[in-house]
Amino acid sequence: MSAPNKSYDPVEVEALKPEVVEQARDEAFAAFAAAASLEELKQAKVAHTGDRSPLALANREIGALPPHAKAAAGKLIGQARGAVNQALAKRQTELEAERDARVLVEEAVDVTLPYDRVPRGARHPLTTLAERIEDTFVAMGYEVASGPEVEAEWLNFDALNLHQDHPARSMQDTFFVQAPDGSADSGVVMRTQTSPVQIRTMLDRRPPLYAVSPGRVYRTDELDATHTPVFRQVEAIAVDEGITFADLKGTIEALVEKLIGTGLELRWRPSYFPFTEPSAEIDLQCFVCRGASVGNPDRPCRTCSSEGWIELGGCGVVNPRVLVAAGVDPDRYSGFAFGLGLERILMNRHNVADMRDMVEGDVRFTLPFGMEI
Amino acid sequence: MRVPLSWLREYVDLPAGETGRDVAARLVRAGLEVETVEQLGADLKGPLVVGEVLSIDELSGFKKPIRHCFVNVGTANGTGEPQEIVCGATNFAVGDKVVVVLPGAVLPGPFPIAARQTYGHTSAGMICSARELGMGDDHNGIIVLESHHEPGTDAVELLQLVDEVLDIAVTPDRGYCLSMRGVAREAAAAYGLPLADPALLDVPPANSYGYPVKVADPAGCDRFVARTVTGVEPSARTPIWMQRRLQKAGIRPISLTVDITNYVMLEVGQPLHAYDRNRVDGPIQVRRAEEGEILTTLDGVKRKLSAEDLLICDNSGPIGLAGVMGGATTEILDPVLDPETGLVTGSTEVIVEAAHFDPIAVARTAKRHKLPSEASKRFERGVDPEAARAAAQRAVDLLVLIAGGTAEAGVTDIAAPHPVRTISIAADLPDRVAGTEYGRETVTRRLQEIGCGVVGADTLEVTPPSWRPDLTDPYDLAEEVIRLEGYDNVPARMPTVPPGRGLSEAQRFHRRVGVALAGAGYVEINAYPFLGEAAFDGLGLDKDDRRRRTVKLVNPLNDEEPALRTTLLPGLLGALRRNIGRGNTDLALFETGTVFLPKDELKVAPRLPVDRRPSDTEIAELNAALPHQPRRVAVALAGERLPSGWWGKGSGAVWADAIEAGRTVAAAAGVELTVRQAQYAPWHPGRCAELLVGDVVVGHAGELHPRVIKALHLPERTSVMELDLDLVFEDGRRVSGPAVSAYPVATQDVALIVDSSVPAAEVEAALREGAGELLEAIRLFDVFTGEQAGEGKKSLAYTLRFRAADRTLTADEATAAREAAVALAGSRTGATLRG
Repeated sequence: MSAPNKSYDPVEVEALKPEVVEQARDEAFAAFAAAASLEELKQAKVAHTGDRSPLALANREIGALPPHAKAAAGKLIGQARGAVNQALAKRQTELEAERDARVLVEEAVDVTLPYDRVPRGARHPLTTLAERIEDTFVAMGYEVASGPEVEAEWLNFDALNLHQDHPARSMQDTFFVQAPDGSADSGVVMRTQTSPVQIRTMLDRRPPLYAVSPGRVYRTDELDATHTPVFRQVEAIAVDEGITFADLKGTIEALVEKLIGTGLELRWRPSYFPFTEPSAEIDLQCFVCRGASVGNPDRPCRTCSSEGWIELGGCGVVNPRVLVAAGVDPDRYSGFAFGLGLERILMNRHNVADMRDMVEGDVRFTLPFGMEI
Repeated sequence: MRVPLSWLREYVDLPAGETGRDVAARLVRAGLEVETVEQLGADLKGPLVVGEVLSIDELSGFKKPIRHCFVNVGTANGTGEPQEIVCGATNFAVGDKVVVVLPGAVLPGPFPIAARQTYGHTSAGMICSARELGMGDDHNGIIVLESHHEPGTDAVELLQLVDEVLDIAVTPDRGYCLSMRGVAREAAAAYGLPLADPALLDVPPANSYGYPVKVADPAGCDRFVARTVTGVEPSARTPIWMQRRLQKAGIRPISLTVDITNYVMLEVGQPLHAYDRNRVDGPIQVRRAEEGEILTTLDGVKRKLSAEDLLICDNSGPIGLAGVMGGATTEILDPVLDPETGLVTGSTEVIVEAAHFDPIAVARTAKRHKLPSEASKRFERGVDPEAARAAAQRAVDLLVLIAGGTAEAGVTDIAAPHPVRTISIAADLPDRVAGTEYGRETVTRRLQEIGCGVVGADTLEVTPPSWRPDLTDPYDLAEEVIRLEGYDNVPARMPTVPPGRGLSEAQRFHRRVGVALAGAGYVEINAYPFLGEAAFDGLGLDKDDRRRRTVKLVNPLNDEEPALRTTLLPGLLGALRRNIGRGNTDLALFETGTVFLPKDELKVAPRLPVDRRPSDTEIAELNAALPHQPRRVAVALAGERLPSGWWGKGSGAVWADAIEAGRTVAAAAGVELTVRQAQYAPWHPGRCAELLVGDVVVGHAGELHPRVIKALHLPERTSVMELDLDLVFEDGRRVSGPAVSAYPVATQDVALIVDSSVPAAEVEAALREGAGELLEAIRLFDVFTGEQAGEGKKSLAYTLRFRAADRTLTADEATAAREAAVALAGSRTGATLRG
């Protein structure tokens, strides 16, 4: 390297001649553009921006120039080096993008491969249906109550105004539990309805009472497509001052709307249950055919058997005798109660044709229902 | 109750165009459960006419008798010539009037009729049997009509083949609707039309010369009307109209006298019984049976009587089960034709009984003798005691009119005094029950419509009609008003429910268990709780195993399964096997449900009164008679737990999965489950874990005993878990949020050699305790046995993670903690560091 020399003429330094600098710059541009891979670009980088590159060497000459010439030379070299670095960075980015694209393509997999490695489970639709109904009532302010499946006859029958010789008592084909002496006089049965929970709720607490209680009940029916000896009911009861049949209607309408949908007609048929008076059976307009299949053999409806109505369950205003037996003052309080068959709701709401499917526990039936219904 | 629409119209002048469906819809809204509306003769097309048999030629050479006949059908065939018909029936003679269907007609089926060649002759039509016309199941030959019918008369009209029948399921409170009279009353109210009451008849007053009757049990029989008819003509036949009405109502015509009693029962709802007076020995008595007395009922069954049975007797002893079924010895004789003389013999002197019996006595007798009859069905539900006289009169009238009998002047009518029942009802009670306003006028009018006498203003004094024994209190009356005004007209309103408390902690827990297990890949099932000894034998339970002590049913569906489950496993394994049988091989099932465990001391639940709240002591007595009914959860696994696939090999379900299911449940409860080696049927003695929460055993898990697997035909290595949810659940549990340290973790591994028999859980517990509070986590990452571990030994390798809450641990601190852990494991379990 030469020492500073006042008389030194920068023009005389070959490397700092503008045309030489431009040439070095253009050569760098060409080398970068010609680099086909990051590896080649690295070599070009060393050649054109490294310590031994022409521009780096030229840069060193600047120090030897007289002060007045330094600025111009510095600017010349600086601009050239800046342009070279920019070109390098640009090419670097281009080549990296190319490489990335190539690698990611190579790493591609078939995302449609099945992956049933962790088996899925499911809850029984009758369980989740009961929960959905519970939730509807809980949202209205009700509580969920429960009682034993093997129940005292007094609670299952007598307290519900079904005395020993009541014809309705033989209508329900009851499983009787053996007494200690082996006879049928144990006073204990498998509950035939969830209604004893009504009584237990009233015995436990003072009105106002608003409770819903789903549960298994038992009758001596053989299993077939539409019957099962073990089935589920949901019972709801409201006991408060001034409860009327109108409150019952409003509550059931709200439930049906939540559970099945809007715009469906309900039919209220007077009926008879010993524990309610007045009593009604509730039919829901068939939500599949909406009654169009009635008397129309060309358009039969499987859901309602072309009857236009689907039986939902029974209900009524709690018979004051039931209130008395449960220790509620019938002059002050009144109540309503209703019971719905869950199997039937499931059959209708989810097009289940055969009751046996709900009973047998075939996983192919249950799995599609998942965790909620 | 089957109600032919044509018959109903006799009592209510229904609009002409009203169809069976229309009437059914009205009755349904009034509270009668019309199950079906049957269309009789809907697919029937004439010509169907009366024919007179002119000649019969018996054809021979066929397997069965065949007749070649010519029948006069008047001008119905268009020619007036005799109709040539081949017939396979033989119960008719030349000159008989029969029913002929002509070519072009269609019989129910549908069965189109055309002229055809058969047995070498032309058969241009058919002589019809009752079954072919859809009149009933009677196929004992063709119908022979009475001789006065003109050939060519339209038989569709004559036999009333086209009609609609409403089939009504009558609820127990509406016994009066087991009659045309009762249904007609409802129809009249529903349409706002007057009722022609068939029980409004002129009846002569009782007198002293009727058939002698003595009622020894006026509580069981509060009304007994007896009438007598003589000179009944045994050859008289039941007219077609009556036969048809009986058939449509579902009762088979038998003989005229019996048909008349049945007809009147259908008409006014009063069961009648007819005795052959010549077979009754002396006065009729009504009394209770003596224990062990014998009666042969008219169905031919010899019945041993109980002291509770109410009887009709004569001097010979019992001649009928009151209100249930008559006896064989005094029944009306079937008319018999003597072919020699052409004379018909049968009963000619008839006693008609129209009585009113105690509903409970009849119900118990019918139940005891398993003998539900048309009569008992009505008495159980309540018969109008005031209809007895009219019903007897109606039967007498018909016996005179149709059977040619003569009514005797004697009228027996024994009536126990009946207090007049009146009910006081606040005039606004229906309003308060329904939640709407009817007003006193409407209430009064509606009550009068159903036959009540009503007087009063703000408080109404109501006298219910005799046919409504179900109306006993003001609420019964309110119900009548509300139902007749229509449930549709009651407004819908929502009660104001006070704010609720939502689900209880236990209810939320039960839901979490289901969600957690389903999330872990288990599918929920619901098995029946019925089982028998075979189920316990299959599980290999000892003879004295506590689980064999069961709650038993008196009337199980299946005699092999008389007991209620004490464990969920049999039902669950049944579902497992059913799935496998259907080709579902990789299975993880769960069930939650109650088991039924008899208490140590078995008690009978008292029958408490219902006119007051039972005392707390009485309620406790009820509950004491019930078995324990704890809620359980169980799982069963078979096949692959994690399936093999393109990702590699899967793994079969093993004992550890079953135990893990227990931990899943415990996690849902927020409690820690500990596991202890155990031996408990039906588990594999070396692969059974006792599941504990604290010191309480809450259940068991592991692999089933190979013998059980073999006995129950289950896949090898089937694993199960069962635990008691009530024992796992802790109310009011609340997690305290841990303080999470942000200082770095120090990880140290240790490999320990212990005797094979030492449970890993004990080693881990010792390490935890020994490591002290710096230990954040411990994880067993490898277990092996074999040469390297040494004979009878196993190697357990753990990663210990140490962290302090307030500082970065030094290597020395972590090492010291590890050494303390190993030292305690060493002293507790004999563990040594692997060299």
